[in-house]
Amino acid sequence: MATESRDYTEATETDRELTMSRAMVEAIAWEMRENEEVFYMGEDVADYGGIFSSTTGLLDEFGRDRVMDVPISETAYLGAAVGAAQAGMRPIAELMFVDFFGVAMDQIYNNMAKNTYMSGGSFSVPMVLTTAVGGTYNDAGQHSQTLYGTFAHLPGMKVVVPSTAYDAKGLMHSAIRDDDPVVYMFHKRLMGLGWMPSPSGPKTGVPKEDYTIPFGEADVKRPGDDVTVVTLGLHVHRAMEAAEQLDDDGIDAEVIDLRTLVPLDTETVLDSVRKTGKLLVVDEDYQSFGVTGEIVARAAEGALDDLSAVKRLAIPDVPIPYARSLEDEVNPGTDDIAAAVRELHE
Amino acid sequence: MVSVTDLQTMYEQMVTARHYEERLVDEYLVGKQPAFDISAGPIPGELHLAAGHEASGAGVCMHLRDDDTVTAPHRPHHIAIAKGVDLKRMTAEIFGRKTGLCRGKGGHMHLFDPDVNFACSGIIAQGCPPAVGAAMAAKKRNTDSVAVAFLGEGAIDQGGFLESLNLAAVHDLPVVFVVEDNDWAISMPKDRVTDVQNGAQRAAGFDLPGVRIDSDDATAVYEAAGEAVMRARDGNGPTLIEVQVHRRMGHFMGDAEAYRSEADIDRAKQRDSIERLAEDLRSHGVTDDELDEIRERAHERVEEAISWAKEQPEPGPEEAYENVFTNPPTQAATDGGSAADASGDADETGGDN
Repeated sequence: MATESRDYTEATETDRELTMSRAMVEAIAWEMRENEEVFYMGEDVADYGGIFSSTTGLLDEFGRDRVMDVPISETAYLGAAVGAAQAGMRPIAELMFVDFFGVAMDQIYNNMAKNTYMSGGSFSVPMVLTTAVGGTYNDAGQHSQTLYGTFAHLPGMKVVVPSTAYDAKGLMHSAIRDDDPVVYMFHKRLMGLGWMPSPSGPKTGVPKEDYTIPFGEADVKRPGDDVTVVTLGLHVHRAMEAAEQLDDDGIDAEVIDLRTLVPLDTETVLDSVRKTGKLLVVDEDYQSFGVTGEIVARAAEGALDDLSAVKRLAIPDVPIPYARSLEDEVNPGTDDIAAAVRELHE
Repeated sequence: MVSVTDLQTMYEQMVTARHYEERLVDEYLVGKQPAFDISAGPIPGELHLAAGHEASGAGVCMHLRDDDTVTAPHRPHHIAIAKGVDLKRMTAEIFGRKTGLCRGKGGHMHLFDPDVNFACSGIIAQGCPPAVGAAMAAKKRNTDSVAVAFLGEGAIDQGGFLESLNLAAVHDLPVVFVVEDNDWAISMPKDRVTDVQNGAQRAAGFDLPGVRIDSDDATAVYEAAGEAVMRARDGNGPTLIEVQVHRRMGHFMGDAEAYRSEADIDRAKQRDSIERLAEDLRSHGVTDDELDEIRERAHERVEEAISWAKEQPEPGPEEAYENVFTNPPTQAATDGGSAADASGDADETGGDN
């Protein structure tokens, strides 16, 4: 099996192009075939195939024992995943929308994330918590958050956020094989759903064989000399679009996709910042006490002398509003990113 | 015994709710055809329709006053209408307009109307604890207000519901829990997720009365709810009611229901509580002309609300920063105060302006 990281742009011509959801499911199916101890549970993951197509086809191949619809009881089934994982199985449990985390946060924060440490390492919790994140389709405050920072903040959980089909598959293989709890956050807008059109970026070539992408390796999507743009998830694609616009004006932006928040690839960020001296951090989470602040802090700690300007774009500390005009205002768009880079470049 | 006038009122509310949703479907599909894109058109986002649930909202809310609290789930329209929520402002909210109930911030899953103490929310069983809280406030203040929490049968497995039953029971709080059993939790049939087919049995474990109504007969709901609301108002504690309703539509607009048999969908559509109530009214001597008149009045009211809503202005971008707090801090935590600034000077915080 392949264990090397490989940039998706290197995918061979024989690779099929897949949507992010198909790539994610392919990795899950592979692991379920290889390891009988892997099973999937969640709401509407069996016949429906996941509201965001995260499990399409799995019921047909693996049956109801291994692709389990569960009651709307997140505390019970996420806690059960912790228990099954501690018993040595490799459960994947889906939280339909990350916004529903509150229902079961005790199991997530106090059992899933801490049992390894509190047991002095005598227990492992090798489970994957999959969950849909993000807005842009006017679903308001309880169905549109990303909550990247909420999960990355508390020690004990690995947190991954794929932005392409290639990464989605490799990160899923890594997540299932990892001996620790991994929170796998997939952005609805990137899944390639017929009813929620994706931008063109996330659909990529994907090798048929299995491969892993190691956690803690950011991906430099676009090298550039003038300004560093650090981002993840949907905003990787918005940043790439902005970089193209900026290129026309002779501004050379470097775009870094973090891919995993825990562990975080600080070195790639620092290398870039040492080169450009200017840092823009963009995400779709709340601005304060979150991912953008963390990246800026690490850049300051590691490359203060090289930094001449810093900026961040995130949800400006308001819940996600419903109306289109309001959501568009608070969710950083391509133009916002381009404008921020221009400002830094001046 | 229910009066003919009350039956007519329920009929009008049910017809209003049904027609309202039929019209919302028309408006929702604008910009979403031929290819369905959930974020396109004048009403974006998810839309959960309650066609087939109307008898429950009407039968229960007939017993409620404006000072009684109702919490509803993500499928709220029939309940909101029966509770007397301002239809124009509710519609404007669904269209995401400035003059909507929530100034465009909530949308159809998060409608709040303090004038009639109505709120709904988008996560399963979420409204149960706040309903218990409203009942707690009523009891502490010695008023005879009550609270009603509506939920779906998929919610009866949720901790928030079960904990609420217990809290309400142990403090004898004036709450009525109304489970609308439409057989489906999105794609999951009830027998896949619980061994209890009669959700009202959940009451027994908490020592409160549980009543199951096997048909979506508005009169039967009216009678059971009347008893439960009176029990609550008289200080005798909570009741759990489960009403069999029917989901005539998908879970949300755009749900192709591939998991559901045609026969099941047909069955749901055949059992029409509105037609059943019309029959009851005819048997009480109400003429077809009178029924037509009720329907016309309901249709006019719906059209008026939709027309009004569509004329309303959209919220300006700067309004995104308002209402985070009732008493906004002069300076937000780390952004130099711009997020708390109602004037919307957002250029430091990700905004467009």
